[in-house]
Amino acid sequence: MEVRILSRNFDIADAHLLEVAKQHGAYATLEKVFAMPPADVTDEVKNSGLRGRGGAGFPAGLKWSFLPKGLDKPVYLTVNSDESEPATFKDRYILTRDPHLLIEGIIICCYAIGCHDCYIYIRGEYTTQRKALQYAIDEAYAAGYLGEKVAGHDFKLDVTIHRGAGAYVCGEETALLESIEGRKGQPRSKPPFPAVAGLYGCPTIINNVQTIASLPFILANGAAAYKAYGTEKSPGTHLFGISGHVEKPGMYELPLGLPLLEVIEKVAGGVWRGRKMKAVIPGGSSTPVLTPEEAATTTLDYESMAAHKTMFGSGGIVVLDETVDVVKLTKNLIDFYHHESCGQCTPCREGLGWMLKIVKQLLRGEGTIADIELLRELCDNIEMKTVCVLSAACTMPVRSYLDKFRSEFVAYATDRP
Amino acid sequence: MSDRSHLIFAGKPFQFDAERDAEFEHLVKRYPTRESMILPALWLTQEQEGWVPAEAIAYIADRIGTFASMVYEAATFYTMYNLHPVGRHHICICRTLSCWLRGKQEIVDYLANEIGIRPGEISEDGRFSLEEVECLGHCGTAPVVQINGEFHENMDVEKLKQLLAGLR
Repeated sequence: MEVRILSRNFDIADAHLLEVAKQHGAYATLEKVFAMPPADVTDEVKNSGLRGRGGAGFPAGLKWSFLPKGLDKPVYLTVNSDESEPATFKDRYILTRDPHLLIEGIIICCYAIGCHDCYIYIRGEYTTQRKALQYAIDEAYAAGYLGEKVAGHDFKLDVTIHRGAGAYVCGEETALLESIEGRKGQPRSKPPFPAVAGLYGCPTIINNVQTIASLPFILANGAAAYKAYGTEKSPGTHLFGISGHVEKPGMYELPLGLPLLEVIEKVAGGVWRGRKMKAVIPGGSSTPVLTPEEAATTTLDYESMAAHKTMFGSGGIVVLDETVDVVKLTKNLIDFYHHESCGQCTPCREGLGWMLKIVKQLLRGEGTIADIELLRELCDNIEMKTVCVLSAACTMPVRSYLDKFRSEFVAYATDRP
Repeated sequence: MSDRSHLIFAGKPFQFDAERDAEFEHLVKRYPTRESMILPALWLTQEQEGWVPAEAIAYIADRIGTFASMVYEAATFYTMYNLHPVGRHHICICRTLSCWLRGKQEIVDYLANEIGIRPGEISEDGRFSLEEVECLGHCGTAPVVQINGEFHENMDVEKLKQLLAGLR
């Protein structure tokens, strides 16, 4: 079931080194790209149907086309390498095993959108990953792929790594921009969207690492070759991270559209220790959970996930076995989002703390059924009442646990029937 | 959010050493505004000192040409900046979803019961400090422990015992 598009060089020894990467095709697309008008590059990406791989799934080429034309301001590309959504661990493979693929993608994108300054925002925890990427950037500069004349063409491009410092919210694109500008990571109100007024008030495109790393294949082989993978509406491949209670957790590149349970069984070795499955988190901790019955009809694409009232998210699949206490899991999740709330909006800052108190109270054996109802009500009152979706990233999954595993919450209530 | 509002004075003047000074001057050219250097400068401080002492806030503000409150805001918001000294070996254990599902608590309990340090503490000899952190992005090889920036994957109590024995 596995395919090798993005990950084609991942198992090649020393593929992070320029010399080895070049033997395996790194930067080979640039001649073709620089011979195309920039608008044609954008069109090719649009035609490929590539969607943003950071979690929101917005069509990448379309995002680029939102840049205003004829403005007398620089255009910035910021690559989102914050990768902080729990259960997401895909981009770091690109950073360490094939960083030149990312740099080649950056060159392609910058050429298409007319950008000469790119910032890669990498989470502070990614220490070894940052060093690997910086090494590759330094090599690319030395070889003339970055700098005053990219690959000998009349095109200047500088790439700078900006390190985050432990704030999940900086994966949100406007918080990320605030962070590059030197401030605390508090998201901005939109509009204006970053494509109009982003970094330093200039038009800015923000794309995920995997999105950008998908570009060399698309430009080298054409949109049709990319669309040969996946489904009609969700074309291409994705680096899925499968973790939790499976026999073979790990990162696997798969075409979109495969049946979820079959992937868990055949690719990840099934539920560990011969146990039964209780539930599956399909796309990172913020996506609503699926019961085994729901998972049985789910395929790994944006449309099927939406039809099951959940989200494709970041492709971080987490399998929960029958021993998992859903109430304790809910506490673990709320703890995360409460800790990571930037504090800007009251419903998120105070509300998530309130939710955490209620779950803790239940776990101590001091909660009631009315508290469970209150928890559900809080979800409805917090969601979409904040500047960004961090609070919704907590309330959406929590609501799904409350609705699908209500009996487990009730079992903790003092007035359970 | 967590309360990180207190800064501690190291009791000695702070300035970048020659290596950090050069790195600062190199990086500052990469941004159109000097305020963008606030996070990088805090990192350089932490690399040099192991933590961010109160003296560094004024130094960085002065160096960048901004208000100390801007630097203070970033230092206290971003949880990876240590606002107090840490052990020679700073252990971060991921406490989130996949690591939680695959037994991170056994590791935390071992450190509390056998080594005698709990999250947020530093050992008396200054050898270890411990922190529970949010998702470290190594969910496929959970549980994961990060010591002075190095990742140690598929961790269990036995492996941690051996690892710590090698750290003086």
